[in-house]
Amino acid sequence: MNKQIHELSVIELLRGLEDKHFSVVDIVSHYLDRLNRFNPILNVYLSTNENALAQAKQADEEIKKNGFIKPLIGIPIAVKDNFLTCGLPTTASSLVLEEYYPQYESTVTRRLLDAGAIILGKTNMDAWAHGSSTESSQYGPTLNPWDIGRLPGGSSGGSAAAIAARLAPVAIGSETSGSIRQPAAWCGVTGFKPSYGRVSRYGVIAMASSTDSPGPIARTVEDAALITSVIAGIDKYDATTSPREVEPYHQLLKRKDLKGIKIALVKDYLLPSMRTEVKTLIQNAAKHLESLGAKIEEISLLDPKYSIGVYTVIQRSEVSSNLARYDGIRFGHGRESFGDEAKRRIMLGTYTLSTGYYDAYYKKAVAVRSKIIEEFENTFKQFDAYIGAVSPGPAQKLGATQNESMFGEMADVLVNPSSIAGLTSAGVPCGFVDGLPIGLQITGNQFEEAKILDIANLYQQTTDFVKFPKYD
Amino acid sequence: MAKITITIDDVAKIGVLANLPVSESEKKLFAGQFSKTIDVIGEFNEIDTSGITPTSQVNHLENVTRPDEIDPDRVLTQAEALSGAKNVHQGFFVVKQILEKDSE
Amino acid sequence: MTNKISPIIGLEVHVELTTKSKMFCGCPADHFGKDPNTQTCPVCLGLPGALPVPNQKAIEDTIKIGLALNCQVNEQSHFDRKNYFYPDLSKGYQISQYTEPFCHDGFLLLDSGKKIRIERVHLEEDTGKLQHTTLNDERVSLIDFNRSGVPLVEIVSQPDIASSEEAKEYLKKIHAIVKEIGVTTADLEKGQMRLEPTVNLNIDGHFTPLVELKNINSFNFAALAIDYEISRQTAAFEKDGLEKSKSNKQTRGYDSVKKITFLQRQKEEANDYRYFPEPDIPPFRISPSVVEKLRGQLPQLPDAIITDLVSLGIEQRFAKLVYNKPKIMNILNVIARRNDVAIQDTKIDINKLVSLIVNKKIDISSDISSQYKKLTTVGETNAGKLTVLVDEILTQNPKVVEEYKKGKTAVLAFLVGAVMKLSQGQADAQTVSGLLLEKLK
Repeated sequence: MNKQIHELSVIELLRGLEDKHFSVVDIVSHYLDRLNRFNPILNVYLSTNENALAQAKQADEEIKKNGFIKPLIGIPIAVKDNFLTCGLPTTASSLVLEEYYPQYESTVTRRLLDAGAIILGKTNMDAWAHGSSTESSQYGPTLNPWDIGRLPGGSSGGSAAAIAARLAPVAIGSETSGSIRQPAAWCGVTGFKPSYGRVSRYGVIAMASSTDSPGPIARTVEDAALITSVIAGIDKYDATTSPREVEPYHQLLKRKDLKGIKIALVKDYLLPSMRTEVKTLIQNAAKHLESLGAKIEEISLLDPKYSIGVYTVIQRSEVSSNLARYDGIRFGHGRESFGDEAKRRIMLGTYTLSTGYYDAYYKKAVAVRSKIIEEFENTFKQFDAYIGAVSPGPAQKLGATQNESMFGEMADVLVNPSSIAGLTSAGVPCGFVDGLPIGLQITGNQFEEAKILDIANLYQQTTDFVKFPKYD
Repeated sequence: MAKITITIDDVAKIGVLANLPVSESEKKLFAGQFSKTIDVIGEFNEIDTSGITPTSQVNHLENVTRPDEIDPDRVLTQAEALSGAKNVHQGFFVVKQILEKDSE
Repeated sequence: MTNKISPIIGLEVHVELTTKSKMFCGCPADHFGKDPNTQTCPVCLGLPGALPVPNQKAIEDTIKIGLALNCQVNEQSHFDRKNYFYPDLSKGYQISQYTEPFCHDGFLLLDSGKKIRIERVHLEEDTGKLQHTTLNDERVSLIDFNRSGVPLVEIVSQPDIASSEEAKEYLKKIHAIVKEIGVTTADLEKGQMRLEPTVNLNIDGHFTPLVELKNINSFNFAALAIDYEISRQTAAFEKDGLEKSKSNKQTRGYDSVKKITFLQRQKEEANDYRYFPEPDIPPFRISPSVVEKLRGQLPQLPDAIITDLVSLGIEQRFAKLVYNKPKIMNILNVIARRNDVAIQDTKIDINKLVSLIVNKKIDISSDISSQYKKLTTVGETNAGKLTVLVDEILTQNPKVVEEYKKGKTAVLAFLVGAVMKLSQGQADAQTVSGLLLEKLK
């Protein structure tokens, strides 16, 4: 094999294990070594699994005994630090939860572990997932592997950077509004947001209960599809999960062209403030999809600026309530340990729910959301998907979020609408501006994961934008 | 559209409701920031929502329940339940006594 | 000058449902007397990332209570979050119902026929328990979350109640109904039914400030507290003329030893609970067919059973005591030929029978018929016939007669017994006694 272990996707690693090119211990020690070398610079991981090597040995023995029954046997995985993991601290990058060792396992990590995966460590994020930069982490920001003077995006910045710097073959993140797709875009990797309710939120530190969606950040769409098929599905511990059947998404990536597929290019998502180079890349992507046989049509949807208000109100209101349990009595530290951004969001959310303001803010936001959902439902009657940029521009410099009280929500303007409507979306690299990666979103209706992954996979296979910065 | 100003007093009240300590300088800072945020949010008032039936459940689920059964798999031992706390005593969580609560 | 004083009383009752598991998780709901914090899980302990999943039976029980109280069942319903901070509230919010409760607009009829309207019947979760103590010279509270998450039904009346007697009757009826439906054991001492009267007065068109009474755990105390409040508020108004406003609502506790109410807290402004729909639990659509199915599962309710018994000829005061005692009801059903079992003796007066059972003169585990006969048969009362026997006994027992005349009146019983024996039990003891007394004068 002429590729190094860290250059292999999950699918390739599984094949390599089957062909006995290397063992699980080889894979895990290789990654642990890279972690030791590069994590101090990039601050991707907040904690490492001390038992990873021992678990790798066990995995090798299991393969000897039972073969490859488990779909992710021996695969190391980076997990965002808002997923509760037994034996590893779970902090949500906040000082309130410093040294908190959970008493139970999240459903997502439970499913990954049952599938044979090995958790390498917990990745850095915006504290409480409040942000789109990872700069609000109370443990220092993660640096963008493409340019360490820049931010990796957020809130799943650590997970995206882990993939870009190849400090894990695959990672888990979560998206409330853009938190998977945007860091994936800024780091030049693939982020997949399943529909709301497709993946269980049980054991994920809650941000906005009505939009939080756990999902994979990976090198390839194929890897993202495999992880999704492992973690998705109804959970009796989460009343908002859908009973719909989960398909083996990675086995359904079959399209050779896009004949019969209608894709909308949303005019309103080509913002006036957006850099021309980014617009060009998106238009190139549209042309490419057309060359694959898709019909592209320009449409107009509700100006995304309205979704900023909707998302801000609903999210901050739910946040203010979801963070009420952190009082330092049963676990963690007291509320004085909250950082500025968290305090801001809790207080704004308290305000928008309070007597006299509830109708003007929360109730109005929910009504506008219903209108946005309705508009999407109508759009998807005619179109299979819509495309657009994930972010108005490439990764921003360190310090960009200082004194910006709405950085996150504004930066996520292009992904806000799809998040609040609970849609599914793939974010894939589609080019570079100033040497920095740009992401394309391919977004579909709720529970159209198979179709969206298929389209995204074909786009990725027929273009050459999957690149990685050098970390040797 | 009328600009809504959030005062330092408002911020102080919100801090109490939200059970968060807010310093004097923070009150000033937040008052300005919140006012700006409210302005941005307020743009959505331009959207006509009369006749919309709002839903707080985006994926149309309803009537999700569980049967009335004991689930021993999730019940924590006393030690597990207390394991995250800084202050415990004979199986109880301990907190400094505060005034009677305002509601049941 | 006479003031027209009309008490205005509303009652809020919390009923702890006797389900197997808690409201939003599978922890055991039976928490009484268990070691602290041994029945918790991530959900009811409010750990990060935990999510609620509602208990189906608890919802059905709530609807049944609402139906038994003649309520409308909302076709669309949902849970809301009630946000406030307190150490016994693990999530910092209580999952309850605010805008769309399961049931609303019902009523309960008092015996007088007066209708007490019921505003709502909704479902929520209980909090943990706080205990205050001193540790290392510091005043602390000890928290036990075993009770956190247990299902509670809240029944709220309109302020239609006008006296402590009416309040007591209302409470007793609610208690009887929830027990009869079988959704709770409603043990007041265990806190399974909690009472909160709200009292104020209309004095010649002026309204006194509202007072919420808390920590009352018996019907008697509720009545006493209400009566105390009525006089206290009357005197207070006479003194300061203070009228009800948004900011002078009081919370008062009841001291059952001193027999007074005392101020616990003066609310400056109503607490802002920032209610909003619970996003972790999808809403409910309860179809009319489901409602009818649940209505069909309701047993006959206490008042209906009591009315039935009264129609058989039993006095209401007796009916109230026996309607919920299965063994006695079986007997009565037999007597009333409900079970289509013909009985031997059709001459049983059902009211008299019930009165004898209630007064414990009849042991229901042995033959009822013969006991009844014995206790109710009026023996021979004919004075003429009896005088013959009386004379005979008096003649046969001169010594006893002398003892009686000397003052030993207790020996009368012996003489009565002797006449009864002589009559082979046929004489009426009272008549015999009367005749003897006359003759012994």
